[in-house]
Amino acid sequence: MKITPEIIDKHGIKPEEYKKIISLIEKKPNLLELGIFSAMWNEHCSYKSSKKYLKTLPTKNKKVIQGPGENAGVIDIEDNDAIVFKIESHNHPSFIEPYQGAATGVGGILRDVFTMGARPIATLNSIHFGSHEHPKTKNLLNGVVSGIGGYGNCMGIPTVGGEVKFDSSYNENILVNAMAVGLVKKNKIFYSKAKGTDQPVIYVGSKTGRDGIHGASMASAEFDKNAEAKKPTVQVGDPFTEKLLLEACLELMKDDSIISIQDMGAAGLTSSSVEMASKGNLGIEINLNKIPCREDKMTPYEMMLSESQERMLLILNSEKVENAKKIFIKWGLDFSVIGKTTNTKNLVLNFDGEEVANLPVNSLSNNVPIYDRKWKKNVTSIKKNLQIDFKSFKILESLKKILMSPNNAEKSWVWEQYDHTVMGDTIQKPGGDSAVIRIHGKNKGIAITVDSSAHYCLANPVAGGKQIVSEAWRNLISVGASPIAITNCLNFGNPEKDKIMGQFVECIDGISQACTYLDFPVVSGNVSFYNETQNKAILPTPTIGGVGLLKNLNTMMTKNIKEVGSYILVIGKTLGHLHQSEFLIEVVGIKDGPPPEVNLFNEKNNGLLVQALISKKLLNSVHDISSGGILIALSEMCISGNIGAKIKIPNDKIRPHEYLFGEDQSRYLIEVNEKNKNEVYKILEKNSIFYEMLGKTQKDSLVLDKEFNIKLNNLNKLNSFWFRNYFKEN
Amino acid sequence: MKSSVIVFPGSNCDRDVAVALEKFQIKNQMVWHDEINLPKSDLVVLPGGFSYGDYLRTGCIASKSRIINDVIKHAKNGGLVLGICNGFQILIETGLLSGVLLRNKKLRFLSKNVFLKVINVDNKFCLNYKKKDIIELPIAHNEGNYFASKEQIKKLEDKNLVAFKYCSEKGNINKSTNPNGSSNNIAGILNDQKNILGIMPHPERLIDPLLAGEDGSLMFKSLIKSL
Repeated sequence: MKITPEIIDKHGIKPEEYKKIISLIEKKPNLLELGIFSAMWNEHCSYKSSKKYLKTLPTKNKKVIQGPGENAGVIDIEDNDAIVFKIESHNHPSFIEPYQGAATGVGGILRDVFTMGARPIATLNSIHFGSHEHPKTKNLLNGVVSGIGGYGNCMGIPTVGGEVKFDSSYNENILVNAMAVGLVKKNKIFYSKAKGTDQPVIYVGSKTGRDGIHGASMASAEFDKNAEAKKPTVQVGDPFTEKLLLEACLELMKDDSIISIQDMGAAGLTSSSVEMASKGNLGIEINLNKIPCREDKMTPYEMMLSESQERMLLILNSEKVENAKKIFIKWGLDFSVIGKTTNTKNLVLNFDGEEVANLPVNSLSNNVPIYDRKWKKNVTSIKKNLQIDFKSFKILESLKKILMSPNNAEKSWVWEQYDHTVMGDTIQKPGGDSAVIRIHGKNKGIAITVDSSAHYCLANPVAGGKQIVSEAWRNLISVGASPIAITNCLNFGNPEKDKIMGQFVECIDGISQACTYLDFPVVSGNVSFYNETQNKAILPTPTIGGVGLLKNLNTMMTKNIKEVGSYILVIGKTLGHLHQSEFLIEVVGIKDGPPPEVNLFNEKNNGLLVQALISKKLLNSVHDISSGGILIALSEMCISGNIGAKIKIPNDKIRPHEYLFGEDQSRYLIEVNEKNKNEVYKILEKNSIFYEMLGKTQKDSLVLDKEFNIKLNNLNKLNSFWFRNYFKEN
Repeated sequence: MKSSVIVFPGSNCDRDVAVALEKFQIKNQMVWHDEINLPKSDLVVLPGGFSYGDYLRTGCIASKSRIINDVIKHAKNGGLVLGICNGFQILIETGLLSGVLLRNKKLRFLSKNVFLKVINVDNKFCLNYKKKDIIELPIAHNEGNYFASKEQIKKLEDKNLVAFKYCSEKGNINKSTNPNGSSNNIAGILNDQKNILGIMPHPERLIDPLLAGEDGSLMFKSLIKSL
């Protein structure tokens, strides 16, 4: 077949990129070779627009064992235990086919984790949908939630946390970001770097079908009106096979059979073989007739570009092949020696006795074009004096409205569809500030959280980037953990537009600042660009997944109020920042103005102090103050503890609405009982931490002095109303 | 006491239940579905999960697996059999327990803690509970909606073969405390000889104060006591 400009364009390769390909391989590529380039050089696999900036992120601290560049990041949690984790997007497929898109998103991230030798112990997710009034939203939400559950539940890995958000910018571009966390012994971590020539290359797992061909390329372009027509590019998952693959891989990993292992994710067989060879500075020769195929007469092109799920590529010690085969046969999986490593540094593919492709490995990996895209600084509107008649927004009515809004409503409708207690180590369930998972058989655990703040990032990407990292850090602190590191999933529009690229560059700047200051480095992640449909981009949505360590589970903290007659204190200063707050957006309907700024010094100071108070067992409960401000945070504490509170605004320099709904950063609500009060005061004073006494806990109702009195039952009903009503389950 | 946990491809609560059995000093072994002979055991546990991917019908393929013949023999000889969640579904498919487990009434997976009333304590799984005790256990299933003909339900009730029913925190048994649509709020049933128990909730997941409860422990302690 003649390679025409149309064919090149269909492969998402720009004319100047095609020229570069010819000069790199010193020949014109055939169709299969062109397909391989399109799979490796697309944005999703190559990070060609983002690499320059990703390099600026801090990726190391004392606990980091493996930073970005492997299947997932790895951190040290002492006693020879290590945690492997990563977050990844599956946005484009989930919009086209929500159940399979979300399910295979979970499947893909789980493989990234167990490829490294870790048993997955938890998954989390961050999902963003369009306006709840948009005709597609209900079906997408339902499909995505059942897809996530369908996969994780069958795998028997608890789904322990996440977030669900709505905004009309996601109407035609939903976000599905899935995070997986695994546990491994520090001396049993597996990597993808190939070693040694003439070693057998082995294909294991499911058979290869025609699903997902060009999936990664699809995720590297905007949607047009015909997004539906891209359905065949969506992969179809089978969690049962993945469960078998997981057990078989972990069984094989008990000894030293494996030299190198890589899962077949985006761009399937192509990217897995190229990555292994490239990292080992070797070549790979594959006989495509040996690929287990699900369908008849599959062509080399289809085999190399299929994104069929639940497959792995292994390089084994040659004398261990027979033993490995037995294990995979026992688990009912395909096992096929498909080729070998070579010293040619070329990827060579043979089919029906002929060489059908021959490409230098370097041209596909190290020589990927890197772009220094044009970007424009974002203009943040200046804080104006709000011209609002506060009196017309009654505090209680505003509280009710926020609690009942889809973004702030209680989300058990979602997480009750996820098995969150399987494996018997879920110590803190969904709904808290962070999930807490016990390290099996020990009295220590890890805290995990996922967060994003897209409105803040749109209003000011630098401040927004700083804020999400800080919020993740704060969430881990709130349960008594020591934050260690993060993974990030950077969801943006089309990077070829200078405005979008500006959002990306500035968010990275903010993330980088906070990560550096808080010693909270990035160890893994992914970038998802082109979240646009017909020229409309999503809000800039970096999602942060944070992990921390709880050395002693007996000091774990929760947010539910524990006792009547104790004191509620606000830690951190309240200035009453209302721009970009839930109050202004949900209640008043004003969307402009700057987001709250994080003062990193205060963030660290306040956080470490709260952490110290928790570890000294001086606190009853802790909740970070985030979207919605003090009154929302307090309501959540009361609802979950089924104990009320009576409060009075301790500050008359700002207006009540500003005090109660302001979203100033670096703040916590803490509950202290009578016995520990003086000790806590003493420590706060000694460390010059700003705090205010908000009120006392009491039975049954939430009371704001001279303003309102609402029964907890009612508060609870309002908060849990939205989802069940949306799905007509009330 | 010796137990065997049967591991099917797709079982995923096998480790959890083994941990629980061993915690209470029951000597346990894992038995692969492809074995022909069941090792000598006092108790056989069919664990939760998605045996054979839940393909065809939940529990159906497992009920035709190689090891199951020996499990049935063990049960018919009066040996103890505990089927939890998918294990309950398998017991139904083998015919060792009556009825069927349909999809949950709301047609979605449900994972949450529920309250149960202990109805029958005259069996070796429930010796440590008191009649009408209200206990809390997690459920996590998509097909837990117990259904049987009116006559069958009447027989179960008359013969006192219902072990647990879904209820409220205060013990009320009605529609609003029924999570999945089960007939008569049934959460677990026994066979005529009361040596086989099938339940949808997971006792192995609440055996530890750190996990917010120990109501599951009582079942394992009962089993130890029974010998």
